[in-house]
Amino acid sequence: MTNRHTTSIRRAWQSIASRPLTYLTLTAVAFFSAFPIYWSVVVASHDNSALAQIPPPLLPGGNFFANVARVFDTAPFQLALLNSVLVAGSITISVMLFSTLAGFAFAKLRFRGRNALLVLVIATMMVPTQLGIIPLYMMMIKLEWTGTMYAVIVPSLVSAFGVFFMTQYLSRALPTELIEAGRVDGASTWALFWRVVLPIARPAAAVLGMLTFMTAWNDYFWPLVVLTPENPTVQVALSQLAAGYVQDFTLGLAGTAVATLPLVLVFALLGRHIIGGIMQGAVKG
Amino acid sequence: MSAPVKAEARSRPAPSRPAGHPRPRRHLFDTKISPYAYISPFFLLFFAFGLFPLAYTAWVSLYDWNLLSSEQTFVGLDNYTELLADEYFWNAAFNTLSIGVLSAVPQLLFALWLAHLLNRPLRAQTFFRVTLLLPNVTSVVAVVVIFSQLFGREFGLINMVLEAFGLGRIDWQAGTATSHAAIATMIMWRWTGYNALIYLAAMQAVPRELYEAATLDGASTFRQLVSITIPMIRPTIIFTVIVSTIGSMQVIAEPMLFGAQVSAGAMATGGADRQFQTLALYLYEQGFRSFEFGYASAAAWVMFLLVVIVVGINFLLVRRMRGSLDS
Repeated sequence: MTNRHTTSIRRAWQSIASRPLTYLTLTAVAFFSAFPIYWSVVVASHDNSALAQIPPPLLPGGNFFANVARVFDTAPFQLALLNSVLVAGSITISVMLFSTLAGFAFAKLRFRGRNALLVLVIATMMVPTQLGIIPLYMMMIKLEWTGTMYAVIVPSLVSAFGVFFMTQYLSRALPTELIEAGRVDGASTWALFWRVVLPIARPAAAVLGMLTFMTAWNDYFWPLVVLTPENPTVQVALSQLAAGYVQDFTLGLAGTAVATLPLVLVFALLGRHIIGGIMQGAVKG
Repeated sequence: MSAPVKAEARSRPAPSRPAGHPRPRRHLFDTKISPYAYISPFFLLFFAFGLFPLAYTAWVSLYDWNLLSSEQTFVGLDNYTELLADEYFWNAAFNTLSIGVLSAVPQLLFALWLAHLLNRPLRAQTFFRVTLLLPNVTSVVAVVVIFSQLFGREFGLINMVLEAFGLGRIDWQAGTATSHAAIATMIMWRWTGYNALIYLAAMQAVPRELYEAATLDGASTFRQLVSITIPMIRPTIIFTVIVSTIGSMQVIAEPMLFGAQVSAGAMATGGADRQFQTLALYLYEQGFRSFEFGYASAAAWVMFLLVVIVVGINFLLVRRMRGSLDS
């Protein structure tokens, strides 16, 4: 990105005296962004009595794995983790596939009603989902899906945001000439999708997949409504763990660490790409 | 927002197939019909689980519809008149507005400033961006569990710090203002970085020459932010204001879990005195604790109307902001 700046501008900006202040501010913000997560690990690695000390402990203690073991004894966390992997995994694959398919059609194929349908997709991104939650719950009762993972997975199999995101990406990244050339060679649209569109869509689909996985993994409200305490996703199990009559912070925060740290680690490794994706979507949004 | 797509369609070159060369029928079918096949999985699921429930809510709201009884009686607009006379509903509306203002206004201003700081050649750009978005990766459940500990009355870190400075402990959860501040902090922590990145993306599309000229003219960076950046990224600002408004009208998990953390019975009521029950939480209480589906559906529709009104007001306010900036 810095290539775009000319050296003269860089020099001018470097001369601005407020730059130490810039770094100081950004470092402070980075600290406050990371500290609560760090603090939760600190609390999760002590026993409850250590928390009453003044000053409180600021470094991790030795009880982390004992507390995590207690989490798995208290709540059906193993099942919850399995359920969450199943839910987030199938939603991710489905959203990636169907968004790329629809995005390809909207970006590069011509058909009657295309613009009206695309406007419909974008418009519904703005409508609060809570508006339809009661009929959706009634549908789940009718289908006898309450308490099962179907109720969590099926309504999330497609996403308007995903279609919008892939449409935007493919209309820029996929050369129309490539499609036309394939057509002249006699390839069907379906063959074009597999051989031309998918390879080009892959980077954006990967970003969409990571965003979708995170959203599905972190979803709380709908799973809470349709699932039972005996068969929860990880967020639902976590909320049960934390909502006891007795406040057991080390237990609650050890559970938080189990539910959150894998995602935070993946994000630390792949965050650059996800941020790139968010920013790319934002420019056109 | 569909403008770029339309432009794409227009600039598309004419088919390179020479005139007079007839397309085989199978090919015609492939190009005319197959697009519908590609969008159909999305639209089938989208209609069944997205649009149909939205429309059905209106129908249900006209009935006395309780999960526990097998009969549904048509009551017309009774649910709505009852709702508008319900003091708990208005309490929830006030709380939603209060938490929304407390979280969204500082959040967006701060995000704008952060993006402005990041929109310069800096070392460790990626590091700052990744840490900025770290809170957004954390689930809302984790955020509330962590912050409930931080805001705890007895062992909370924030109260310990307050006490170290000679200020008294605060029972954050008990009061209306303090609980709203605590919940707004959770929302701000989670979303500021996200909005900062959206602003940053828009800022990078602003022509560099404008800043160059302003710097030569001796304009301070703050002056450049106000006179160049903000006017240039106004569409993005409007976008984030609308999205944040819609988001804050729907706040539910934070008050729900904050209540559950402090006393097990307060999950649906948002505190013992409903001091932090939001509209969405009120909807949850009616729909999934009392199972009054008709009444809750009416609440959903009124909530939607309020969202539209508040978003509309905000949209007009942000649009008017332009006038004061340009003059």
